[in-house]
Amino acid sequence: MDDVLARYEPIVDDFEAFRAACERPLPSAIRVNTIKTTVERARRGLEEADLAAEPVEWHPGLFRLPEDQPGANWPYTHGWIHGQEEVSAVPAAVLEPQPGERVWDACAAPGSKTTQLAALMDDSGLVVATDNNLGRLSALRSNTERLGATCVAVTNEDARNHSLKPFGGMEYDRALVDVPCSCEGTIRKNPDTLEEWTLDHVEGISGVQKGILTRAIKATREGGTVVYSTCTFAPEENEAVLDHVLDSGECRLVEFDLSLESRPGVTEWQGREFDPAVAQAKRIYPHHNDTGGFFVAKLEVTA
Amino acid sequence: MSDDDDTRADNVSTRFDRLPEREADREVAGRPSREAVLDFWDDRFGVDPAVFEGYTFWERGNGKIWAFAGELETPVDIEALGMSFMRTRQEHWKPTTEAVQRFGHHASRNVIDLSRSEAEALLAGHSQEIEWGGDWGYLIASHEIAGASEPIGVGLYVHGELRSQIPKGRRREF
Repeated sequence: MDDVLARYEPIVDDFEAFRAACERPLPSAIRVNTIKTTVERARRGLEEADLAAEPVEWHPGLFRLPEDQPGANWPYTHGWIHGQEEVSAVPAAVLEPQPGERVWDACAAPGSKTTQLAALMDDSGLVVATDNNLGRLSALRSNTERLGATCVAVTNEDARNHSLKPFGGMEYDRALVDVPCSCEGTIRKNPDTLEEWTLDHVEGISGVQKGILTRAIKATREGGTVVYSTCTFAPEENEAVLDHVLDSGECRLVEFDLSLESRPGVTEWQGREFDPAVAQAKRIYPHHNDTGGFFVAKLEVTA
Repeated sequence: MSDDDDTRADNVSTRFDRLPEREADREVAGRPSREAVLDFWDDRFGVDPAVFEGYTFWERGNGKIWAFAGELETPVDIEALGMSFMRTRQEHWKPTTEAVQRFGHHASRNVIDLSRSEAEALLAGHSQEIEWGGDWGYLIASHEIAGASEPIGVGLYVHGELRSQIPKGRRREF
């Protein structure tokens, strides 16, 4: 493969540490499913199953498993825990859905974030989980079932054409737009990720991302919240997408707290300047928190 | 008996129809009413109908009942709505593994407490000889974990034997 990561040298501080972190395997992590148990009881169940688990500081109910995670154990069987990469818990936490709200998960499979949203909402209200891939939807279904989520409705469609019809046509309070991307940030989990990397793919998928985020903004009520996230470092798929929707005048970026170390969104990339507001997005790099790479932005719908 | 496994893609184009409140409201032959569903959980397992107050019940496909934590206008043509909850096609109605894990802790009868090794056999899908002085039929199988009893799934008790009803896709051997 070409040296894909080298293109980020101008925007990443301590680039060698970044590169070294990308080469280290990622520790596995789990999220406690509070729909079915408490963090304390799950912790006790893990102990009884002889599974070492270290709490992750920035998010209650997330644990790192220093030894590789065996698939079969009682806490898993009871749906008390769910294997979920640490940074993948970021966007639902930033969205902060409340019990009883209507929430759209636009690219939902395999359901880690869907079930996290349902748990944050005490499994009440409505989470509409959409994905265009039937095979991946079946993975989502088995996760929602094992984790006991009852407030989730699943649709199989292209998120860009999402229909509110089955849900009474009412707009959402919040939407999570965790789009398909070039997945560069998952390199620690999937070392082959960059082998298929092409600029054509990045630019092509950027169009899809703009389409999905645009639909999410339209489908969310005025004053509602949309969170946009990817697991890639590519500004074409991150800040450029935000820049595109800011142009529409129907949303604004808002600041948010996150107790993980992060860097602001970049306002310039390869000679192109973005709306300065994109600096309110957060870039999460592998060498700062020993996690995967991630990008997250919070938007308020203004029209 | 692995028809709990609803992760197949072959249910795609069917839709969800809300259960009628009572038998008298029924428009589709054979469709159970909400009242009958609540009565079943109450009579068989002692689950107070109040537990399901915030839920609506839906049928998709013949006798496959789903529980959804909210209200929508019927019918709903989507892939999934809430949780697959029970099967009412046969003479004896049967809760799904998911429903038992989610609501089984409200049950006060027809719950069989298993030892750890019996629980492991159930989860692996095996039948086993167990003494049980109560009714035959579908039981909620539970075991003790992390300081309290926790439901695992459904067992069918007949002729001195507990037959695991854990769907194939969820069986595990530790």
